[in-house]
Amino acid sequence: MLESGGPLALRRTRSILAGHARVTVVGAMTAPLGGDRLAVEADIADGARLTVDSAAATVALPGAGPHAGPATYDVRLTVGEGAELRWLPEQLVSAYGSELRMSTRVELAPSARLVLREEQILGRHGETTGTLTTRLTVRRAGRPLLDQQLTYGPGAPGGWDGAAVLGGHRAVGQLLVVDPGFEETCPRSRMLSPTAALTRLAGPAVLVTAVAADARLLRAVLDEALEELEAPEEAGVR
Amino acid sequence: MTRAALLVLTDGRFPAGGHAHSGGAEPAVKAGRIRNADDLAAFCRGRLHTTGLTSAALAAAAAHGLDPLALDEAADARTPSPALRAVARKLGRQLMRAARATWPSAELAALAAARPRGAHQPVVLGLTARSAGLGPEDAAHCVVYETVSGPATAVVRLLSLDPFEATAVLARLAPSSTGSPSRPPPPPASASTRCPQLRRRCSTSPPKRTPPGRSASSPRNHPPGAAPCTSTTATKDRPP
Repeated sequence: MLESGGPLALRRTRSILAGHARVTVVGAMTAPLGGDRLAVEADIADGARLTVDSAAATVALPGAGPHAGPATYDVRLTVGEGAELRWLPEQLVSAYGSELRMSTRVELAPSARLVLREEQILGRHGETTGTLTTRLTVRRAGRPLLDQQLTYGPGAPGGWDGAAVLGGHRAVGQLLVVDPGFEETCPRSRMLSPTAALTRLAGPAVLVTAVAADARLLRAVLDEALEELEAPEEAGVR
Repeated sequence: MTRAALLVLTDGRFPAGGHAHSGGAEPAVKAGRIRNADDLAAFCRGRLHTTGLTSAALAAAAAHGLDPLALDEAADARTPSPALRAVARKLGRQLMRAARATWPSAELAALAAARPRGAHQPVVLGLTARSAGLGPEDAAHCVVYETVSGPATAVVRLLSLDPFEATAVLARLAPSSTGSPSRPPPPPASASTRCPQLRRRCSTSPPKRTPPGRSASSPRNHPPGAAPCTSTTATKDRPP
């Protein structure tokens, strides 16, 4: 069942994975602008398999007038028993002057599988960044599995661009893979590059965290990591 | 008396071992990301608003009397690196030994029994502060100070940075550490407003001590598998 409105149009597209349904989010108009409130909800019933991607990057832009206020973008995902969700949208670009608060909340059943990628690009090419706060909260079987928040750009608390946080990089990404099979054998934590790390969470899940100079380099790191994680015999399983 | 307890707890000579940890400054120096006092200041400021804020919120919540085991789980979810989780638990165990000798309490004993290999250090610190008669804000300040004093001390050693300069960096960070008009003070109030997870627990928990045990947070029921298909909705609501 697909239901869409406003600037986000949902299209059923052909899946390259057998047994997977695929939905592509298409931008029907420019959004989010300052003051917009966007939401996406996906409920993956028990046993279902779904890939959600998007047709293009999302660009956060300033709103009309000086009093537009920040935009919000809330994503709520629920994945049932034995179900799988591959949530692989294109990048989120924080354009100069924009202010966006993005939150992603995921509720996983104990036997659910999740692949989730999120990438934030600080500014369009050659542009300084807007202000962006992103929060990713994942709960599995009702218990917290991952809870991360990052804020950057003008007006963000100091030090976000320093050595303890972004260190001057303009592309930030995370790839989360939650797989009940990781209870048995889980890829080992390691550095994937000088600015990318794969870490095991306190549960059957791994998180790839990467910073890079630009969107292209970031995607290359995350793509390579995903390919490795989905071919376990080569992923250094311990 | 409580002010003296805060000094004892924050003192680098308090035998908890936490002050030997560089808080990531050592690899940052090795990688050339910290080369001088300005870099150190930026590094510390970044830590204050990320790991410092999170740890301070956890410590304040523990000092407030929230379930330390639920907070320990919340700390795990906020620490994606297994190496850092291991360090946090090791430091927590060391602090627990010192705390139980200094300010013994039933709550500390209960947490030590439930987490024999150590709970996350900020949670133990919050409970230690509570046992010492200190409040959530004291616990938060203690953690915030540790968040930046560890790297500063390490950088003095690693870079042969002038200790006067390093201390000046810490002093200049004081407005960020204690809050400023544009950035309201750290916990308890602001940590809970910026941390919905903790706020929810605060608002649903009685202000008195929560007995140790599993958290009250209810496992969310998944909708029954009746729906035969997957539903995805995208909405937009543009205010008038």
